[in-house]
Amino acid sequence: MRVLRYVLIYGLLLTFGFIYTVPFLWMLSTSFKTLSQTLRFPPEWIPGPWAFENYPNGWMGAFDFNIFFRNSVAITGNAVLAQMTSSVLIAYAFARIRVPERGFLFAIVLATMMIPPQVTLIPQYILFTKFGWVETWLPLMVPQWTGWPLFVFMLRQFFRTLPADLDDAARIDGCGSFRILWHVLLPNMKPALATVAIFTFVGNWNDFLHPLLYLSRDDNTTLAVGLNMFRGQYRTQFNEMMAVAVLILLPVILIFFFFQQYFVRGIALTGIKG
Amino acid sequence: MAVTEAPVKSRRAARRFGNRGGLAGYFFIAPSLIFILAFVVVPIFGALWYSFTDYDLMSAPKWVGLRNYSNLLEDNRYPAAIRNTLAFAFATVPTGVVTSLLLAMLINRSIRGIYSFRAMFYMPVVSSFVAVSLIWLWFYDVQLGLFNDIFETLGIPRIKWLRSQDTSLLSIILLSVWKNMGLNMVIYMAGLQGIPGHLYEAAEIDGAGRVSQFFRITFPLLAPTTFFVVIVYFIGALQMFIQVMIMTMVGENTSALTGGPVDSTVTVVLLVFSNAFEYLKMGYASAMSFVLFLIIGLVTLINTRLLSYDVDF
Repeated sequence: MRVLRYVLIYGLLLTFGFIYTVPFLWMLSTSFKTLSQTLRFPPEWIPGPWAFENYPNGWMGAFDFNIFFRNSVAITGNAVLAQMTSSVLIAYAFARIRVPERGFLFAIVLATMMIPPQVTLIPQYILFTKFGWVETWLPLMVPQWTGWPLFVFMLRQFFRTLPADLDDAARIDGCGSFRILWHVLLPNMKPALATVAIFTFVGNWNDFLHPLLYLSRDDNTTLAVGLNMFRGQYRTQFNEMMAVAVLILLPVILIFFFFQQYFVRGIALTGIKG
Repeated sequence: MAVTEAPVKSRRAARRFGNRGGLAGYFFIAPSLIFILAFVVVPIFGALWYSFTDYDLMSAPKWVGLRNYSNLLEDNRYPAAIRNTLAFAFATVPTGVVTSLLLAMLINRSIRGIYSFRAMFYMPVVSSFVAVSLIWLWFYDVQLGLFNDIFETLGIPRIKWLRSQDTSLLSIILLSVWKNMGLNMVIYMAGLQGIPGHLYEAAEIDGAGRVSQFFRITFPLLAPTTFFVVIVYFIGALQMFIQVMIMTMVGENTSALTGGPVDSTVTVVLLVFSNAFEYLKMGYASAMSFVLFLIIGLVTLINTRLLSYDVDF
């Protein structure tokens, strides 16, 4: 009976797991196929002759993906650095520093989490057009430095789990607010910081909408938009397209596999999207 | 009075000594307030104001009163957009919630290799939408696609998937449920782990079977989780459009927002985008997005009222 239950559970897990991974397996297999093999019906799963050249050909073919890659790294890197700095400082203030009307201000921060982003997107676009920021990275970079409400909320909750005695002890030893934050509190909340870093990375790396709106040239835009451009022009080169897609997904999937518990914790806490 | 107040005051004073704030505190909070002011509050009032104007980014906005809103009633794509958006939400939310709850129950156990299985179900969530759309485009391909291959083997006639107005929305729904399932699964997993194990032990002693354990313990105790998942999922579904944008574009024009064939997949937010960024009708698009904003607010309010009974059982 016990054995039967295990067989049943593993059977279900393997079946659903297979259904869920089929798209990725197919992507991987296609990325190694020759063009003629991709057009065969019924579809073949094992690459005939292995076409490893799809990877360099796709990456450096119609578009220079090195440039897209560099742009994505710059934009994502800025976002991670910015969120780690600004969200932490803001959350710290909301958790620890007494300022007049703190509760009211925090309620406003929470309220903004409820507003659907597409309502603010049009007036934001108008604003950035007036600034002359369209076709620059600024619309994707500057707002990151002002903290994201959801991270502020999450980090504040983490700060509040740390006993205030820690602060008091450090203050009696002569530490100021910054040193307390840096030497006493932050070392105790590495998991929370990792969650912020990982979610920011994945969100910005995959972001399609904002680069599509603000960056349309093939020398300033990101990998996600680049892949879509590639697809628009060479829609039959399925094998090279998939090779590029594999390379774009790889960093995110690697990070996910190594830091799975931070994803799970972050979602469980806030329910935000990856 | 004075006797009781004194210690409170001194405790407060002590705390204040520990965390002197004042202006230094505002220095920390300022970025957040700038964010809210510059990127949320001002834009919302901006959107409201633009919704009463004609504005194409080039010439100055021209006040037109309520005309954008009355035009909305005559827009022949708008009813289709509302219909598709609601159909999408009412189809994806129940299927998504049920599948993610079942999978969460399947996966919430400590057996060998469970981390790999969790990772499998979660992988679509962290993957770029553009990349996974390319795969699904092939799945749905009428001539070469996997689905029609399977259908042919089973002796079922081929389906035109994204190319037919009868099945295009269904194709988008399937992809979306697959893409988002892992997210809700993890939220449900956290919910399941919060249910104390002794409840199940007591139920077992009382002779309750697995099914009645689910309906009497698991499901009622997960009510707050379900409440959260349904609201967030529903609001997200009302804003759906990236899938449609990527999956229905035709030919080489990668920025054309079609929502085809024959408007069968056009959604409210797709229309907002199409009007704002294809036709530069910023005022009209703002009016549209404002109506959606109100609908979302209403849905949240209704959900809160309806589901709050279950939350405080």
